[in-house]
Amino acid sequence: MEYESKNTFNEQLLKKRSTVLKIKEIMIKYFLRLNAFAASFFILLIFYFLLRESYEAFKVIGIERFFWQSNGSADASGKLFEWYPTSDNPRYSIIPLLAGSLLTAFPAVAISTIFGVIIGVFMSEVISNKFREILKPVIEMFAGIPTVVLGFFMLAVGAEIVRELFGPFTRLNAFLASVGLSFIVIPIIASLTEDALRSIPREVRMASYALGATRWQTISRIVLPAAVNGISAGIILGFGRAIGETMIVLMASGNAAIITIDIFSSVRTITATIAAEMGEVSQHSAHYFALFFIGVFLFSATFILNLIADIIFSRLKKRIRF
Amino acid sequence: MKEIKIQLKNLSVFFNYIQALNDVSLDFYSNKVTSIIGPSGCGKTSLLRTINRMNELIAGFLRKGSVFIDGIDIYDEKIDVVNLRKLVGMVFQTSNLFPKSIYENLIFAPKLHGISDKSDLNEIVERICTQTAIWDEVKDRLNENALNLSAGQQQRLCIARALAVEPNILLMDEPASALDPISTAKIEELIFDLKSRYTIVIVTHNMQQAARISDYTAFLYLGQLIEFGKTTKLFTNPANKQTEDYITGRFG
Repeated sequence: MEYESKNTFNEQLLKKRSTVLKIKEIMIKYFLRLNAFAASFFILLIFYFLLRESYEAFKVIGIERFFWQSNGSADASGKLFEWYPTSDNPRYSIIPLLAGSLLTAFPAVAISTIFGVIIGVFMSEVISNKFREILKPVIEMFAGIPTVVLGFFMLAVGAEIVRELFGPFTRLNAFLASVGLSFIVIPIIASLTEDALRSIPREVRMASYALGATRWQTISRIVLPAAVNGISAGIILGFGRAIGETMIVLMASGNAAIITIDIFSSVRTITATIAAEMGEVSQHSAHYFALFFIGVFLFSATFILNLIADIIFSRLKKRIRF
Repeated sequence: MKEIKIQLKNLSVFFNYIQALNDVSLDFYSNKVTSIIGPSGCGKTSLLRTINRMNELIAGFLRKGSVFIDGIDIYDEKIDVVNLRKLVGMVFQTSNLFPKSIYENLIFAPKLHGISDKSDLNEIVERICTQTAIWDEVKDRLNENALNLSAGQQQRLCIARALAVEPNILLMDEPASALDPISTAKIEELIFDLKSRYTIVIVTHNMQQAARISDYTAFLYLGQLIEFGKTTKLFTNPANKQTEDYITGRFG
């Protein structure tokens, strides 16, 4: 009797899985694998395509002319930093475009850091869970507004307000674009600040309270310093978003490729240049390749920024192990 | 001579209308160690946290009855909770050092309460570390991140940190429950040393620990004080049947 039951157990154990089940398993495995490969393959293709086209730019235009034009004579150094790709004497300097991008992105990040961190602290430390569950989606919704709508809003409404308040020389300017960008960068920084603050364990706050700290002392001396990595990662990601954003700057910045530090001056960003000119450029012309070059430049810049933010994030995870 | 340091009078505590403590009256004596024992959820921690008003940080907290320290009602409107927590230090179940350097952890509270002179701060750090017998282990690594210390060292550093503002009373919420036996022994030794300067109230799950370190023991069950007395008496000759059942391991 005992021997018999043992035998059936062995039979159970040695029984083969049905072939249909086996094939199903294999198919699922390969299907998922194929998808994963395809996704990364397409990204690599995009990168390859960008690189190939911008390599042409080096051959046709040459690297020096991406920064300045030396055969001009307007400047004391004999160098022209200008973006005039369609002129008879075309100039392809990326410098005014980069200056424009930075002049819109930096103020946008500055504005967004102030408001984003304040909102993050407010959401994490001040309001009740119930209120936060309403407020957070509302804030994050701002990041989801189509940027063309924001651009249009800045163009139609924001420009009037800015003109009344500051009386800028040009109606559309870098400041106006920065404010527009803030609408999408603030939610990023606020959301990541809130996450970083809330990842600080309750016990640590309790320790601070138990030592006689007030709520504000606990936030400013313990919670915020402990969350500084997460907050700075949020700021870097926000910067990447501001540099890469196209529609708002295209509509609100005025698009004059000028090198300036005047925030109320009209500027032209890298992204707006690509968006505005790519549709009208003749294929495989020098201008066409130049646009690819500045595209690669932008791609690399945002890639590096995201990488830095990623590294900071993983450091944060390692460091805080309560 | 027994001198009453903390006095609980008809204390009841509720969280969201659920009763955690029911009409507890209890005295803690100066420079003695009092253990609070009892099964999980019996209100030990709630009781402890009424003494430094930490319960107020929890939503839905409601209190009836009063708590006196040196004869002063600490729930009086005039009492500033910051001053109260300067006098009543607390050590938690798991070490909760700030993610900062050892030195910064120790000077956090003194700085908060207005000491900014560098040499004064250094003096405090050395004094509290010596008091908690951790000075030799940390003196060469004061600028290291406190979270690099071992779990036992972290917990002793938490005790040191709690002493930095010179409290009179030290509350400990299962300070050794997450530690190995050797670290636990060190903490117990420390509690024994600190007794001469502080009034210590310790919550513990470990009955042997209560028997080893405390002068008095209170047994709580379902929010009620079942028995309070000298530790030697309570563990050898409990007056109450429930106490006897609990300490002999028949329930809980």
